[in-house]
Amino acid sequence: MEILGDLWLGVQTAFSFWNLTYCLLGVFLGTAIGVLPGLGPTATVAMLLPVTFGLSPETAIIMLAGIFYGAQYGGSTTAILVNLPGESSSVVTAIDGYQMARQGQAGKALATAAIGSFIAGSIATVLIAFFAPLLSSVALAFGPHEYFALMVLGLAASVVLASGSLLHAVGMILFGLILGLIGTDVQTGAMRFTFGSFELADGISFVVVAMGVFGLGEILSNLENEADRTTVLTKVTGLMPTRADLRAMLAPVGRGTALGSVLGILPGGGAMLSSFASYALEKKVSKTPQQFGKGALAGVAGPEAANNAGAQTSFIPMLTLGIPSNPVMALMIGALIMQGIQPGPSVIQDQPVLFWGLIVSMWVGNLMLLVLNLPLIGIWVKMISIPYGYLFPCIVAFCLIGVFSLANSTFDIWLMGLFGVAGYILRKLDCEPAPLLLGFVLGPMLEEHLRRAMLVSRGDVTSFFTSPISAVLLLVAALLIASVLAPAIRAKREEAFQDED
Amino acid sequence: MQGHRTKDFWAGAIYLALGLATVILARDLTLGSAARMGPGYFPTVLGGLLAVIGAVSLLRGLLRPGELVGRIHLKPMILVIGATLFFALALDALGLAVALPAAMFIAATASKRFRLAPVPLLGLVGFTIFCVLVFVRGLDVPLPMFGTLFGG
Repeated sequence: MEILGDLWLGVQTAFSFWNLTYCLLGVFLGTAIGVLPGLGPTATVAMLLPVTFGLSPETAIIMLAGIFYGAQYGGSTTAILVNLPGESSSVVTAIDGYQMARQGQAGKALATAAIGSFIAGSIATVLIAFFAPLLSSVALAFGPHEYFALMVLGLAASVVLASGSLLHAVGMILFGLILGLIGTDVQTGAMRFTFGSFELADGISFVVVAMGVFGLGEILSNLENEADRTTVLTKVTGLMPTRADLRAMLAPVGRGTALGSVLGILPGGGAMLSSFASYALEKKVSKTPQQFGKGALAGVAGPEAANNAGAQTSFIPMLTLGIPSNPVMALMIGALIMQGIQPGPSVIQDQPVLFWGLIVSMWVGNLMLLVLNLPLIGIWVKMISIPYGYLFPCIVAFCLIGVFSLANSTFDIWLMGLFGVAGYILRKLDCEPAPLLLGFVLGPMLEEHLRRAMLVSRGDVTSFFTSPISAVLLLVAALLIASVLAPAIRAKREEAFQDED
Repeated sequence: MQGHRTKDFWAGAIYLALGLATVILARDLTLGSAARMGPGYFPTVLGGLLAVIGAVSLLRGLLRPGELVGRIHLKPMILVIGATLFFALALDALGLAVALPAAMFIAATASKRFRLAPVPLLGLVGFTIFCVLVFVRGLDVPLPMFGTLFGG
């Protein structure tokens, strides 16, 4: 059993004193910031990213992963207690979770979310341990054609799964791809779109884009409707679920985990789709569907499990193929590259300590969340009740310092301001920023593989279809796009995203 | 005709402009051939596609009734973005210990509930000290603590 030896390596890494400390710190900070209304996992990870620059690669990625699931968990807490979901994935949790809280069952809803997330996270972690090495051994045989096709598939999936207009999602991807090309062309050394600026020669850092669009842009949107916080609960009781509650949540959690694990792997998909799908499924199989929307336990347990499972398994394509399935994974890729590690199929072999350490730490981090969050709920409630007027200047401050620390230059701050305005305007036009970030990260890779593929096949486009793997991937991408254009499915998709508003 | 005020119209106009700008800027770069793509090839293709998407969206906005663009709130935008630009400009001269609270103060005025009160001001001082300690002392970010104006 080779995997046992690998896991043992992971245990040794994850349980080293500093890694445990940084994992705990990541989970804690992630929850603390994720719990703040209006801050989703993407903004949280982007904001805290610079903190990890000085750490060793495995410690940095362990901490970032901790921040990610901490933020996601914090978002659910806010969704349940004040009906203010931070990111679209916890929108579903807010539907029934907030109703439970209003009926005085806040403790039960929080416990359900925590336990559901923990179970799902644990199962998904095992899945990663088994499937990531398999996938990466397949991917080792990939040439430029296959990689190009895979990225096209990823981008196609992110178009399909983005809520809102398809046309705008495609536009945002293209815009992101173009932004990603700014800087020196790796193959010829030509300067592209730098306007003679020396600072742009290395390209724009993805952190600048993420902080501008997700950090500042979000602040500007939030400032538009600074609503009064509706009655924040000061006391949360009944955190210990009864035996009957546990039994009731078991099946929804199981189904949610299965759904989330599969959807999380899909490039472009991930957390949001899985929680929506799980909610729909639970409503369908429930004996009391009329309970949904009025505080159904299954309506919290299923989507929370799905959401967390999807968050975990989205690490699989990131680690094995180097392809982000959501904006947070795009940030992770950027962080790894900054640490000098190119994510891809060779990571498992070249960086076993990082890979297996991360996997074991995911489970440890989920356990920490469960143990930490329920007793600390009082602190989180206090954090939620901080008025936004105090909060956002602090977010601005973190963005300023974080962006400065990237290259120790104020030029990046100017750029961030520009992206902040762009993010706000694009949001006003219903153009979702997530595909932009995916395109931005994938742009240079997509171009490189395309150029190499065309060089190898002497400019013959049909070579993409004569390689069986790339042909299948491109076919799936085409089917995905075609399926959304088909009127029947289009109606269903619009229906699925309707609850969001 | 409400066409020119819909989200589709404006998003399309932005995409079209960006796409065309990309294509025009890429004209200075070597295009190359399909087999040996130059630095200009991929950007030209992407810019062209973006322009097409933009044109379609723009036409759709003109022809089909759609959602109108909500009001752009200028005041928060000017204040928050202004605060970041102020920080970028003033950092060298004022240093983190002065530029940061000043930038935060400017940003804070963007809130509708902004009022001068002792508690938030104290909080601002505390937060600045926290940032100086964590980032300059703890994480060694080479930020000037006090700027050239104060002889730092």
